[in-house]
Amino acid sequence: MLRLIQLELQKLWLNKASRVLIIISFILPFTVLILSSIKINFFGFFTLELGELGIFNFPIIWHVTTFFAAQFKFFFAIVVVSMIGNEYSNKTLKQNLIDGLSKKEFILSKFYTIVFFSLCATLLIGLATYFIGLYYSSYTEASIVFREVEFLLAYFVKLVGFFSLCLFLGMLVKRSAFALGFLFLLYITESITYGLMRWKLTESIADGVHNFMPLQSMWNLINQPIQRIVMTKFPDKTDMMYDYAVHWYEIVIVLGWTAIFVSLSYQLLKKRDL
Amino acid sequence: MEPILTINNLTKKFGYLTAVKDLSFTINKGNVYGILGPNGSGKSTTLGIVLNVVNKTQGDFQWFNGTTSTHDALKQVGAIIERPNFYPYMTAEQNLKLVCKIKGVPQNKIDEKLEIVGLLDRKTHKFKTYSLGMKQRLAIASALLNDPEILILDEPTNGLDPQGIHQIRQIIKDIAANGTTILLASHLLDEVEKVCSHVVVLRKGEKLYSGRVDEMINSHGFFELKAEKHQELVNILESHAKIEKVKVEGELITAFLSEPMSASDFNKLMFEKGILLSHLVKRKESLEEQFLQLTDGQEN
Repeated sequence: MLRLIQLELQKLWLNKASRVLIIISFILPFTVLILSSIKINFFGFFTLELGELGIFNFPIIWHVTTFFAAQFKFFFAIVVVSMIGNEYSNKTLKQNLIDGLSKKEFILSKFYTIVFFSLCATLLIGLATYFIGLYYSSYTEASIVFREVEFLLAYFVKLVGFFSLCLFLGMLVKRSAFALGFLFLLYITESITYGLMRWKLTESIADGVHNFMPLQSMWNLINQPIQRIVMTKFPDKTDMMYDYAVHWYEIVIVLGWTAIFVSLSYQLLKKRDL
Repeated sequence: MEPILTINNLTKKFGYLTAVKDLSFTINKGNVYGILGPNGSGKSTTLGIVLNVVNKTQGDFQWFNGTTSTHDALKQVGAIIERPNFYPYMTAEQNLKLVCKIKGVPQNKIDEKLEIVGLLDRKTHKFKTYSLGMKQRLAIASALLNDPEILILDEPTNGLDPQGIHQIRQIIKDIAANGTTILLASHLLDEVEKVCSHVVVLRKGEKLYSGRVDEMINSHGFFELKAEKHQELVNILESHAKIEKVKVEGELITAFLSEPMSASDFNKLMFEKGILLSHLVKRKESLEEQFLQLTDGQEN
């Protein structure tokens, strides 16, 4: 396993484009997080301090940071599709297999790298969140600090699931740009299907099916926190209540998709003549 | 002899096209094999199948007598297919390190192998800056990293300039002299003739011949002759028992032997018959002539 990760990391790290993208995908969410946590004074007119809104209090901070950090996953998604696309366009996939890498090992080396990257991203966000939270939050008892830490797990599963989808699309179309196009197409297809189901069927059936679709199921893992932030300001508005918690079945659905995408990628490669 | 690769009734179909048809042959240790055939005769497909990048339709193949899986066997094989494929953004050394990791061999042989192909002084340069000849030599170095039992080369001199072709051939000969088994696919006959001891001839995916190069056609060779008394010579030749065919092209007469006869015996015979030869050469068919004869016979 270590050998396979090493292989892939060498391929990625020595490539300037993917190296830059990897650095960006780590640094950018981090910088945004740090910037938003400091006081910004607009030339003495007014002071913007997001911390004052209470979004950096435990336990809501876990929800807020993981949600916004997840929006930056697109950078590494480009790395994932290009690491497949490059292997095809350089024909190094063929050479790797001839040199004695099995098709299974090839897919696993990509998947392990995805897991490795997601793990690093989760750890970093986890640490950053913890320290910013300690700085702003008025509660520092462990029971409150680590409540809702499951958002970190959801973040990790969401990344692994999303990148596995990119891996599959990369294997399917072999070209990085087309793979990203397919991703967008999948998003539109899901929305249209949902719209059609809302129109023809009942809302509960439509929602039920929609929650099982790949992109929507990943989205469901971490629901948007804005409504929740507003709710903390106006606790009496009960009609704004919604279910933002991380549920076990949401995680299971995304893990299911991950397994499907990885095994489909392997089946594709197995069937193909290179 | 110890078999390295055995192919049994291998067939590959691409849709309606049959690229390889019921092919069987064995590669034994220590010989230099050529796979010969025109473009599109199934050479690369056959190699692709045994190297695990093309899926077979029927039949089977075994590496090393079937004692190891194909995946493990490939770690003891060095192979180059068509074009040299490396990561363009990595240097030669980094590319070879990657290959070492894939094959699971130590990295201390990189310099030694680069030395063999004469690229040691360029090892820190990126692959994309290399000329085609250098890329091809790097591919050979990469294939040698694990000290393979067998080296498979598919059209190794394709697209190279004469100097590059010469360098690659010299490297192949040196490697063969060390006792490494080599399997060389090519449509260039003189290449196979210069390097190989055994040959498999393919045409449209079918095997026409496999065996030693010099036994490819049961032939005792032929004489090329010229003489002042042209017509008399032709008459004598046509009535001679050991000559099966006579071909006349202007001054030059070619007489094909049906039984062995030495040039000096023939010269003596002609002298006794009162014919003085101005030109006498005894030759065997070149591989090219044999190959054309072999493939022509099946033409339709």
